[in-house]
Amino acid sequence: MKNSKILTAAQKSTRAILNSLPILLGVVLLVGLINNLVPTSFYTNLFSQNLFLDSVIGSALGSILVGNPITSYVLGGEMLQQGVSLVAVTAFLVAWVTVGLVQFPAEAILLGRRFAAWRNALSFLFSIFVALTVAALLSFF
Amino acid sequence: MQSFYFLGIVLASYLASAFYDPALAFASLKFTSNLLIKILPILLLVFVVMFIFNFFVTPEMITKNLAKSSGTRRWLIAIGGGIISTGPIYLWYPLLRELKKGGVSDGFVAAFLYSRAIKPFLFPVMIFYFGWAYTFTLTFVMILMSFGEGVIIDRLNLKTAK
Repeated sequence: MKNSKILTAAQKSTRAILNSLPILLGVVLLVGLINNLVPTSFYTNLFSQNLFLDSVIGSALGSILVGNPITSYVLGGEMLQQGVSLVAVTAFLVAWVTVGLVQFPAEAILLGRRFAAWRNALSFLFSIFVALTVAALLSFF
Repeated sequence: MQSFYFLGIVLASYLASAFYDPALAFASLKFTSNLLIKILPILLLVFVVMFIFNFFVTPEMITKNLAKSSGTRRWLIAIGGGIISTGPIYLWYPLLRELKKGGVSDGFVAAFLYSRAIKPFLFPVMIFYFGWAYTFTLTFVMILMSFGEGVIIDRLNLKTAK
């Protein structure tokens, strides 16, 4: 019984890691290419240095893009290296995992359209709020 | 399968850049290999933590406890269950639908879904990129927001199909 539980847990974890590997490898390769191709000024132009607006742009980007959260950490970490503000990166990370535009149809069918619409809309707004709050709290550290 | 298409497209971009601008392809590969060397040991740690979670927690265990509990305990199970749950989100929708049919309110389901964004098994990666203070603060704020979203969804009284 215990052995089969160990085997199931190992299989599930291995599958999860293996499933995310092609995307992760693709993202890391893409980050490498973009890092050498796109000038730093692109990021500073995309994000306005206005904290609120940057968090909205970050949230919008995170809402559109999908994938394993680990991918968002890699992208967010590189964005930070390129000079994008922590507020924008945080909004991006939070929206990536809380707003699911791609999963919306499935969520709407199984949990209700109004529920899915409200949940995603609130999660979008919350990602902006979370980003501003985290940045404010971190300024005390 | 789509993930392999994505990887294929990226690799094709590398081939194209190696043809037109070998220096760019080489510099990009160097950057990528440095990044991979940093990430791979963390990925191993992620596997170990994920294994521990998968060993101790099953979807049925969380949904059963959520259905049985009430009040503060139910909030704690919804948020805690979301945090320790693994796997793609769409796999949880049918289970959550059953919970709603069983009388669990929209707010608890929303809190569960929001707290799923907190991934303890990915903490090593987050700490690597953003540091301890950031990881701790973000996790703390997101736990509060899970509760907040649940309460707001409940107050909206959406009357969604059960």
